[in-house]
Amino acid sequence: MKAVLGLEDGTSVVGTGFGVEGETAGELVFTTQMTGYMEALTDASYAGQILMFTFPQIGNYGVDTKNFQSPEVKALGCVTREVAEVPDANESIGRYFRDHGLLGCTGIDTRALTIRTRQHGALRAALVCGDEATSEYAVELARAVTPITEQDWIPLVSTPELYEVPGKGKRVAVIDLGIKKNMVISLFRRGADIGIFPHDTPADLIEAWNPDALFISNGPGDPQRATAAIRCISDLIGTLPIFGICMGNQLTALALGGTTHKMKFGHRGSNQPVRFRDGQIFITTQNHGFVVDCESLPEGADACYTNLNDGTVEGFEVPDLDIHCVQFHPEAHGGPRDTESHFFDSMMRRI
Amino acid sequence: MPKRTDIRKVMLIGSGPIQIGQAAEFDFSGTQACRALREEGIEVVLVNSNPATIQTDPDTADVIYIEPLKAPIIAKIIEKERPDGILSGMGGQTGLNLTAELAEMGALEGVEILGTPLEAIYRGEDREQFKALMQEIGEPVPRSMIINSVDQIDEALGIVGLPAIIRPAYTLGGAGGGVANTAEELRRIVELGLQYSRIHQVLVEESVIGWKEIEFEVMRDKNDCCIIVCGMENVDAMGIHTGESVVVAPILTLRDDEFQLLRTASIKIIRALGVQGGCNIQFGFKDGDYRVIEVNPRVSRSSALASKATGYPIARVSAKIAIGLTLDEITNTVTGCTPSSFEPAIDYIVVKVPRWPFDKFTRADRTLTTAMKSTGEVMAIGRTIEEGFKKALRSLDTDIATHTDKNEIRMLLSHPTDERFGCLFDAFRQGFSVEEVARLTYITPFFLEKIRNIVELERRLQDPRGPAEADLLLARQYGFSVTELGEMTGMVSTVLEALFGLPAFKMVDTCAAEFPTETPYFYSTAESVTELTSTGNRKVLILGSGPIRIGQGIEFDYCTVHAVTALREEGLEVHIVNNNPETVSTDFDTSDRLFFEPMQLEDVMNILLADDYEGVMVQFGGQNAVNLAVPLQRAIEAQGLAVRILGTSPDAMDMAEDRDRFSELLDRLAIPSPPNSSAYSEEDAMRMANEIGYPVLVRPSYVLGGRAMEIVHDDVELGTYMKEAIRVSRTHPVLIDSFLQEAIELDVDAVSDGTDVLIGGIMEHIEEAGVHSGDSACVIPTQSLSDSVIERVRDYTRRIALELGVVGLVNIQLAVKDDTVYVLEANPRASRTVPFVSKATGVPLAKVAARVMIGRPLAELGCEERSFDHVAVKEVLLPFNKLPGVDTVLGPEMKSTGEVMGIDYDFGRAYYKALIAADNALPTSGNVFISVTTDQQAELRFIARTLVELGLSIYGTQGTVEALQDDGIEAHLVRKVQEGSPNVIDMMRRGEIQLIVNTPVDKASRQDHYRIMRMAVDFGVPYITTLAAARAAALAIEAISKSQLTLEPLGHYLGTR
Repeated sequence: MKAVLGLEDGTSVVGTGFGVEGETAGELVFTTQMTGYMEALTDASYAGQILMFTFPQIGNYGVDTKNFQSPEVKALGCVTREVAEVPDANESIGRYFRDHGLLGCTGIDTRALTIRTRQHGALRAALVCGDEATSEYAVELARAVTPITEQDWIPLVSTPELYEVPGKGKRVAVIDLGIKKNMVISLFRRGADIGIFPHDTPADLIEAWNPDALFISNGPGDPQRATAAIRCISDLIGTLPIFGICMGNQLTALALGGTTHKMKFGHRGSNQPVRFRDGQIFITTQNHGFVVDCESLPEGADACYTNLNDGTVEGFEVPDLDIHCVQFHPEAHGGPRDTESHFFDSMMRRI
Repeated sequence: MPKRTDIRKVMLIGSGPIQIGQAAEFDFSGTQACRALREEGIEVVLVNSNPATIQTDPDTADVIYIEPLKAPIIAKIIEKERPDGILSGMGGQTGLNLTAELAEMGALEGVEILGTPLEAIYRGEDREQFKALMQEIGEPVPRSMIINSVDQIDEALGIVGLPAIIRPAYTLGGAGGGVANTAEELRRIVELGLQYSRIHQVLVEESVIGWKEIEFEVMRDKNDCCIIVCGMENVDAMGIHTGESVVVAPILTLRDDEFQLLRTASIKIIRALGVQGGCNIQFGFKDGDYRVIEVNPRVSRSSALASKATGYPIARVSAKIAIGLTLDEITNTVTGCTPSSFEPAIDYIVVKVPRWPFDKFTRADRTLTTAMKSTGEVMAIGRTIEEGFKKALRSLDTDIATHTDKNEIRMLLSHPTDERFGCLFDAFRQGFSVEEVARLTYITPFFLEKIRNIVELERRLQDPRGPAEADLLLARQYGFSVTELGEMTGMVSTVLEALFGLPAFKMVDTCAAEFPTETPYFYSTAESVTELTSTGNRKVLILGSGPIRIGQGIEFDYCTVHAVTALREEGLEVHIVNNNPETVSTDFDTSDRLFFEPMQLEDVMNILLADDYEGVMVQFGGQNAVNLAVPLQRAIEAQGLAVRILGTSPDAMDMAEDRDRFSELLDRLAIPSPPNSSAYSEEDAMRMANEIGYPVLVRPSYVLGGRAMEIVHDDVELGTYMKEAIRVSRTHPVLIDSFLQEAIELDVDAVSDGTDVLIGGIMEHIEEAGVHSGDSACVIPTQSLSDSVIERVRDYTRRIALELGVVGLVNIQLAVKDDTVYVLEANPRASRTVPFVSKATGVPLAKVAARVMIGRPLAELGCEERSFDHVAVKEVLLPFNKLPGVDTVLGPEMKSTGEVMGIDYDFGRAYYKALIAADNALPTSGNVFISVTTDQQAELRFIARTLVELGLSIYGTQGTVEALQDDGIEAHLVRKVQEGSPNVIDMMRRGEIQLIVNTPVDKASRQDHYRIMRMAVDFGVPYITTLAAARAAALAIEAISKSQLTLEPLGHYLGTR
């Protein structure tokens, strides 16, 4: 089956479709991670985006459902150089995509597209799968799609209602903006008694649950659009310890009166070096297209994590308010687990 | 945190000669480390016995000692140089062992061990300490138990489980061991093993044969920041040494959670070892479970591969860490804008395939095991795994035998030899299923599917109705060459080229295109968008030498690197094409642009078509590059390109290679040559051989390293030879030369600009004519030639170079007999002695040659032949101890893998040093066993008398002893081996023989000779196989008993310091 990827700048490339027939449009982003393709595709932070892997061989070990980060694939589509038709284990990704109505495109010079993205910034794109697909149509579709800064993806991936993951330890209220499964597991393994709240839960409902700490998850899209969650966080600041990862980091900054901006093409991969205040360097998994503006953080905030590649803020703390947030992903899946205990152990100690 | 200020002078120990298991990777690592240290203002003292290394160049290190890598010698150098630190992890296992030895003998007082701490050396080396450390940190190693009695078998079964490997302690070559799959087998093998073992002890170990073999290259700095540079997966499962395995990078068949499990373990291990710098960790992995197999706390062949596979310079970064810098303080030199504290992301597939020397050692045991036998390797890069496989096979530049018999295929699959990788293809061609092949080989199905894809495509392409266009395009993506597709489909190459267009060239940039890059390198692939941009500068492409193999070693990489350096100094932009990941030439900053590619005509042409080159140089990369000269010339003309083959014209090269044309040339110049002829058929050969007179030297034309060269004594031997030789080279004749018995052989390396000739050095071989020049020890200056002979050698060299029209390097081989100088051959290209000559004389021949080739006249360059007070001896390293079963006799076929140099103020001491460096150290006391033929006994007298006068005792068999006693020389009798005890083998076993002189003789006594030499190799007794070398050895022992070895840096001899 033919598949055409059209970009808003008018370029288009033709590959082979490996899911079902159909079309989708959104932002085209690339990740440089070499393993953990299913973890990425099922990460709700990729909602609204077409995910392109720079590593050319995807699907080598098939579809490992136990490592899914949400029940299903959340990215709009998958773009690769090649997918393994016969994987080393499990069912093939092609089969999975066909069975689950997903869109994929293979046989593409992904490196050329990555360079284009690096040079021009993340572009709006459309993936059209089907033998009738044309370049003109795909480009048109790409140009018609609403920019990610004007779309709301969080409501679509957040839990519709509160659910609990009971534990014997401290009570952690989680604002779910599209939480990765392993964040919940990381908390659960440390004995947390977890309540997972919808993205637009008001502060008083969370307070009524009697949490010992607030945790704000990752999520898709522009943080500035998550107004309900920002309001909730600002209401709760100072009343209990607050922890955030990724979108959680950005929303907490916004709740503190800080600002965020959209990056040229973001950080996506599992090899990003981050320096902590004390000089320690961690290799981290990242997946973000927006970043907290360092100078916008209020007095008393310490932007204690820095990305060594470009100097951007990778997390901050406000000791007086007991706020600790990171932009990277200590829960890993995929990617290195070097910061798991650094973040989650110290989090549980602090509560 | 800045670098340490208390470290100003660092000693770096190299790895010595190229040998099986230790190739060019340590020159690459050491050179990178030297550069990294000198960038930080540190003075580097380098010790290495191998002259053919870039690290021993004055451009690379500050103070260079070309001395044997033995602790007592290095201790003296340390005393003299007083370095602040010693960098332990750059010289391979040799470097680590020496560091430990130096520390143990107290030679490192006040010298800090940098990089790999002493503890880590012990913990990595000593199995028990390693196991204890792993248990301490909770990392699993294969379960094992040492047992001394059959009563413990049940206990061992409980602890270890099945299958189990049984290794008896202290048996030679692992005799009495085996793999047990059942309790019954375990009992049987253990009982046997206990009997075999001298100390009645066996190790029963959990078998991990067939598990996935995974490697990680880890870096750590003093702040405990740890990163993984690269994960690699062996296609061949556990049970075959990683150096013998086909390896891919990155890891392809592990899930992320599995990958992270091993990654986390790797970091835990490097922390526990306390290594600051690079470390290699190997795992066995199966069904979510893993075992730590081995740790190499140093740079290694794998780290060289990982560096080339990712663009991350492990040795460079390790060296900087060793002097106190941290990963975040070291810039990633490829991107130029990000720190080294990151993990490379790659967006291609890297495939490494080993290169074995079995084409040279037909009698060797070719089974692949946990010991290394390969001499080198190639690396290929593709965007698909299939492309990686195909490009790697093309880079190997060797014939791959095909097998069609199913039983034979089954046998080869389950008993891996060097042929197995090729045999995987054969299996699918014969219709084997992936399941069956996986069962026979333990190779994970994922890789087998890829190979099957290639074979399936082959089948479709050979469809009698003609191939489908889609399949042709797919074949391109799978890395099939146009030539191969042409042969397979019968299609004309121009049609295929038009269909495919030029390949795209993509970058290796450490970051999967996330950042712009400053010094990337390139690989070709069947993609749409190329990343090559032309600079508009004057530029030259230099062909490298490919994988290290016998006959084509590191010497040619040395020449390549020198040519590049010289041309860059001349202001040219210089590009390299090569596929050997171990080398300095494939380091990212050696050239302006590196192409990691196979080097067949088509691959080279694709590069030439992709940019505007002024010239291409073929004479530095050895015979393979030279062989491309004529076809390349034709292809360039056919394409109408402006690029020229620089230096000696392809036609002149052909004139030198073509025996008839060369003979005419010598006749024209009235230069004597041994009577010779070229034969195209067996009848021809017989007639000519009888005309010339036996013995004759026979060989096919167009070969390097003397492949299939032999001395034949009669029609029968010649007949046998011709049947084999014709197969070696169908398009070229067999050359027949009169064999000059007992002549002195000479080698000359020179450079000509077409008008003048610079003689670099005249080398006198220590072995007499008949031993391949690559296997012969040689000395500069000549030791036994008259001025008149030397003058004639110079004169012939000049006239031949000018008559041939040499522009660049030329190597001429001559023989002197009865005051006549014969010219044997002329090779207008870099020879393997160029680095030795350059080191011994200080004249950078390859650099001069490169300059001459772009039009600089010699007269302008101010170089001249130099004379010195010192003597330099080159000795070779033979691989017999690594290759069970091979014949140890030297002959016209080259067998050595590497070389060392000894330098001192007289021949005796220089030769003595060279022999120590080649692990063949001469004794100054003890017993010498001598066995020579009757006609050699006259010459033996001088040797034996000298040895006896120096206090050594002579042992021999009847003939020799009687002959010596007749001359009043004391000698002791032992029996011939086949006569029973006491014989020399018994004495060797008891450690009573310190030196063996045993010259290969007639066929009858050859069996005896073979057994003695094999035992000498196995027991590590120094041995000499030619009378000339024995004479030289006697001189050396005499010299050493009268005076001390000189220990001075190279600059001292050359007058540059």
